[in-house]
Amino acid sequence: MSKANPKVKVKSSKTDEKVTSTPSAKPLSQKSEEKTLEISATAPIKAHEFDPHFKYEISKMHGGEKLMQCFQCGTCTSDCPIARFSDSYRPRTLIRMTLLGLKDRVLSSETLWLCAACFTCTDRCPQDVEVASVIRILRNTAVERGYVPLVFKELGSSILETGIAYRIPDLRLKKREQIGLPPLPKGNPEAIMKLANVTGFSKMLKKGEQA
Amino acid sequence: MTTPEKANSTPKSSKFLLFLGCAIPYRVSSYEISTRKALAELGIELMEMPEYNCCGLPIDPVNHEMMLTLAARNLCLAERQGLNVVALCPGCAGTLRKVNKKLKENKELKEKINGYLKETGLEFKGTIEAKHILQLLVEDVGLEKIKAAVKKPLTYLEVTEHAGCHVTRPAEAVSFENPENPEALKNLIEATGAKYVEYIDKIACCGAPIAGVNDRIPLQLTREKLVHIRKAGAKALITVCPFCHMMFDTNQPRIERMFNETFKIPVLHYPQLLGLAMGFTPEELALKDLRVDTTHIVSQIIGKEEGD
Repeated sequence: MSKANPKVKVKSSKTDEKVTSTPSAKPLSQKSEEKTLEISATAPIKAHEFDPHFKYEISKMHGGEKLMQCFQCGTCTSDCPIARFSDSYRPRTLIRMTLLGLKDRVLSSETLWLCAACFTCTDRCPQDVEVASVIRILRNTAVERGYVPLVFKELGSSILETGIAYRIPDLRLKKREQIGLPPLPKGNPEAIMKLANVTGFSKMLKKGEQA
Repeated sequence: MTTPEKANSTPKSSKFLLFLGCAIPYRVSSYEISTRKALAELGIELMEMPEYNCCGLPIDPVNHEMMLTLAARNLCLAERQGLNVVALCPGCAGTLRKVNKKLKENKELKEKINGYLKETGLEFKGTIEAKHILQLLVEDVGLEKIKAAVKKPLTYLEVTEHAGCHVTRPAEAVSFENPENPEALKNLIEATGAKYVEYIDKIACCGAPIAGVNDRIPLQLTREKLVHIRKAGAKALITVCPFCHMMFDTNQPRIERMFNETFKIPVLHYPQLLGLAMGFTPEELALKDLRVDTTHIVSQIIGKEEGD
């Protein structure tokens, strides 16, 4: 049916896409931001991909308790600031994939890392699903499999070395005194390292390095 | 004295531990400088927080338990001193509030995190409160006291706000004010005498948290907000978050180049706006550290002064 007039179809969907990604008069020079993503949502699903236990695993974790109350209304996606400008990031899709048990797809999906954690979805979900927390659980689970985006490795290793997420240059610390600010309190990297070891955080960062 | 709303809030305090977090000492000193000036003027004493660490939020996507533990460690350090904490970054404040609430309410979780903290000789007890500076200004200082501290009302200045998501969200965990209809920053801006203008999608996110993963989407989000702000006729934007500030101020010239547009909208930290109204000089409030030129609004203030 849709093949009756394929040219028109393709054209109209392309225009739609442009409208979503750049609603401004001035289009961006850069092309679509996430090329690798289409696989997760659109590739044909094979029966063996479903893991019926996955949703129960996620529901057991802190913040995922209400996952199964989702009735796919789409409030999360329609209110998501990122979804408005991304061609691929859709919180509802991530929740649906999780409920279906598409474990490998959802955990390897790069869109997982586009959530800004603004919590608008969580606050507005009519079913009380903590959408942003479910996405955080999925991220934590992806990390356990060795997938850690570079930026988190950097933030993590800085926290282990200095106690805080950024390495502040000495010049900047000296400048504080020049402009009359008290010295920045010293961190306690030994304490942080101990905590990172007992929580398994340091192991996870290492896993990310090997991957 | 107790109004129904305030009935279950903590007693007012005038001494706080200052939780600086990571982004402010790294890149946004103007926020710290102006906060110290304005809060001192309001009789709030800020104590340095020794050995504090990252609130934990940046690595929540990697390991939730490490986030809880990092936040709890900060809360323990504050408990040791017996002081409430004020954070300037809504991400830090929200995280500390959220974890404080969760550990107070969930015994099992508390025991788990305390098991980790034991390694460093600490134990979470749940004896202090953590607040964002907005909450401190509204609850512990109060609008009346702020109005009284204003020596040069900024009556001729039209401004608007971008408060940042984590000041109020997730609503249940942060439990400050209604995220769909926030009033704290609006009231605080009006307390300086400035005129407050509304704009479309005021409560929308700036996109900063994903800037490390994708820099295009955050710039588009911020740009759209700047368009709305310009349309509303605001002469300046007021923020209370170092990350939002970087998006609107530091990145504004980049957004202008990228979209071939001109905004030139100065972005001030709220304590800078309040400080100007209190009579501090632009130099004292580190206005020169801002990326977008503030000469226009500053000359309005100086001009007004001379005219008086």
